[in-house]
Amino acid sequence: MENPKATTVVQLKGITKKFPGVLANDRVDLDINSHEILALLGENGAGKTTLMNVLAGLYNPDGGEILLNGKLVQFHSPRDAIANGIGMVHQHFMLVESLTVAENIILSLQSNALSLNLDRIKKEISGLSKKYQMPVDPDAYIWQLSVGEQQRVEIMRLLYRGADVLILDEPTAVLTPNEATELAAVLRHMANEGKAIIIITHKLNEVMNFSDRVTILRAGQKIASFLTAKTSKEELARKMVGRKVLFHLERSACVPGKAVLKLENVEALNEKGLPALRSISFQVCCGEILGVAGVAGNGQRELAEVISGLRTVKKGKILINGEDVTNCTPLQAIDIGISHIPGDRLGVGLAPNLPISDNLTMKAYRERPITRGFFLDRDQLQVFAKNLIQTFAITPPVPETPARLLSGGNQQRLILAREITANQGVIIAVHPSRGLDVGATESVRKTLFEQREQGTSILLISEDLEEILQISDRIMVLYEGKIMGIAEVADITVDEISLMMAGQPLEKFNHELPADGLKT
Amino acid sequence: MRISFEKRLEQSRLSAILVPVFSFVMALIFGAMILLAFGVNPLQAYTVMVRGSIGSSYALSETLVKAIPLMLTGLGVSISFRMLFWNIGAEGQLAMGGIAAAFVALFLEKYLPPFLVLPAMMIAAILAGALWGLIPATLKAVIGVNEILTTLMMNYIAILFVEYLYFGPWRDPDGFGFPGTAQFPETAWLPRFTGRIHFGIIFAIIAAALIWFILNHTKRGYEIRLIGQNPRAARYTGVNIGRNILVVMLLSGGLAGLAGMAEVSGIAHRLYSGLTSGYGYTAIIIAWLASLNPWGILVVAFMMGGLIVGGDQIQIAMQTPAAVAQVLQGAILFFMLGGSIFANYRVRIIKNLEKSKSGADGYG
Ligand SMILES: Nc1ncnc2c1ncn2[C@@H]1O[C@H](COP(=O)(O)OP(=O)(O)OP(=O)(O)O)[C@@H](O)[C@H]1O
Ligand SMILES: [Mg+2]
Repeated sequence: MENPKATTVVQLKGITKKFPGVLANDRVDLDINSHEILALLGENGAGKTTLMNVLAGLYNPDGGEILLNGKLVQFHSPRDAIANGIGMVHQHFMLVESLTVAENIILSLQSNALSLNLDRIKKEISGLSKKYQMPVDPDAYIWQLSVGEQQRVEIMRLLYRGADVLILDEPTAVLTPNEATELAAVLRHMANEGKAIIIITHKLNEVMNFSDRVTILRAGQKIASFLTAKTSKEELARKMVGRKVLFHLERSACVPGKAVLKLENVEALNEKGLPALRSISFQVCCGEILGVAGVAGNGQRELAEVISGLRTVKKGKILINGEDVTNCTPLQAIDIGISHIPGDRLGVGLAPNLPISDNLTMKAYRERPITRGFFLDRDQLQVFAKNLIQTFAITPPVPETPARLLSGGNQQRLILAREITANQGVIIAVHPSRGLDVGATESVRKTLFEQREQGTSILLISEDLEEILQISDRIMVLYEGKIMGIAEVADITVDEISLMMAGQPLEKFNHELPADGLKT
Repeated sequence: MRISFEKRLEQSRLSAILVPVFSFVMALIFGAMILLAFGVNPLQAYTVMVRGSIGSSYALSETLVKAIPLMLTGLGVSISFRMLFWNIGAEGQLAMGGIAAAFVALFLEKYLPPFLVLPAMMIAAILAGALWGLIPATLKAVIGVNEILTTLMMNYIAILFVEYLYFGPWRDPDGFGFPGTAQFPETAWLPRFTGRIHFGIIFAIIAAALIWFILNHTKRGYEIRLIGQNPRAARYTGVNIGRNILVVMLLSGGLAGLAGMAEVSGIAHRLYSGLTSGYGYTAIIIAWLASLNPWGILVVAFMMGGLIVGGDQIQIAMQTPAAVAQVLQGAILFFMLGGSIFANYRVRIIKNLEKSKSGADGYG
């Protein structure tokens, strides 16, 4: 739908941005209109974030210009950009956990604290809250808020500072499906009020549902622009990846072997010392994928951590191939064959300042040929890293690049490369395809399938129900640290899963399913 | 109008070179003002300083003599800083090394064949420093006690213990009441090259090479760097953080202990009050100025030695109070450390905050 009120607010003309060894943006032209939501689409490393960072004043472009309402502007910092009405919500939020919402918003004003009137600011926040139908409690502390609510605070912060162009970098990657729908409504509301909205996303469904226009980048260049109404998911995927993308994977029937990973009445606490896992019992067999669904924060992270030795088990037992591995060290867990793709990639999965090569060898460095006795063979390390970079198509393919400079999707590929190579029987995968483009998502799912075929037991923890339904053999739903039910994927509907995610145990349903969910 | 600091996303290579140079110039200008305030001609003072620290072979050798303990302790603290273990205790570890070396030289020398005296002193000193460092390391690794406090407290214990020894039981009976032990027998003296430059310089070079090698070419070094960059990732990939703390502190404390041995055996030939004159603290500054790079630490320690020796020269040659040289040294360090912030941050002067909203008026 083309909005008659839409006017061009910002024009990017021939934006070029080079990094050592990569041309991240190559003469990109882009028009940004008020009253519209523009989706920016492209493969991992295509240059989406970079382009938006240029617009938001984080990077100086090496070429090209930015026109704001027809006037040439130059931003030297994010502050310049926001002063001109352009603000960006980054993937990693920049909020102070120990302060309240209102205080965080004041903080971003960075003006003289003496002249501030907290009450007035709170009132204004409430006003904006109402106007955009985006409930935010100004007195809540950030640490009390869910990820979705924190994101609202970030958006509020920009609105408060008078942003008229709002950029959101993969905003839905961290949201539950419900939160994503709410966000879509808020964004639509803001667009109707005359704001110009840009979202970066890899989920084609969202592009189709959220946006008015789509622009596709590939290898730094703009290759196509569409009115959303006049295109399709298939066309977008083809343009973006340059080939046809399968949305359906051929799934071979699951022939589960013997039980490999088994939990018996496992209990554990979270950081605040409250119960996070309550009497968890299940098993994953050889050659089987068990999907774990649930709203974020219902024990998924803790579940992955107890199995990989990162969190203490208070009660109960964990068995691998019949061997008791309860409360083993992380190293013992690795040695026994557990790979773990963590949910928090920068915080846990990577050492951002170390080069790609060192990050790739974080598990393999203990063994020959990379080490001999005490010594590290740098040449072998490079060979190992180059191999993985090639197999998993990590760009830039330069082992010396610090991991923090990789695009989000390439960081995820790096972790996958390392963990899948280290795999020896069990993979705990937390959001394995978060932040990946459609092509890469497809290949991750294929890889997990291949691993399954080879007899690996996979525990797939994800908030993306579509992903779970697509590749799991059985599905388990967690709610407040308890198992609501375990069922064959074929035997359960999305509605039933939703009910379980909201806290309804499976036994209460009027359904003939095995009550304990344990297979033998 | 306000001034604000903004982190540079892209570090310019130019600023990496210009900033230290600029900081140094600023330090000299500021120093000149101090000197003027004391009625000293700054140009003359700087000339004296340069001449006194590197202007002659004697000056050079004195500078190196000061640099040796700084190099060893600087290397020691740098490796613990690499893995974010804040060892502030090099001073105490150095003192314990000196005590151990003195013990061997004073009381065991007569039982040892002459060629074993120095090796025994070295081993004793390294062990003493390492064990002294191991105490806070164990407390941290096992029950998580903050190492900044414990290493600092251990300094006071060690420093007072040295004083107790040379004022008390180990005091030289023929020393006319001066604090200090008796002179060591000659078999316990570190050989000298020229001037007072002693064998400790070789220790320092070997230590730098060793640390460089460990960090870049061993499994342990890989783990140390990983812990330093992201402790959570290290734990997740199965690195035993506690064990690394213990190993690193053995090394760190051992090097400081060796520095103590080199001081007593290479310079004073006795345990005396000059041993604990702050090398262990200056080492922290050196490690940072050199960005923890082992070869860089050798260079920075040499420059720091020059600053100390040159400062003394101002005092001697120009009859200024001792404090002037110290204020000057402090100012130079202050500017050099302060300057490093500009390599990573950009200063912006923001004129008018309210104007900022006007730009957005055009649409909305
Ligand atoms: N600061 C930087 N220094 C060097 N290279 C960079 C830097 N930032 C980005 N790059 C490189 O520029 C390219 C584009 O990165 P960008 O982050 O814009 O990709 P993206 O389209 O956002 O990808 P993703 O979907 O994976 O987030 C990548 O190859 C990346 O490695
Ligand atoms: Mg990105």
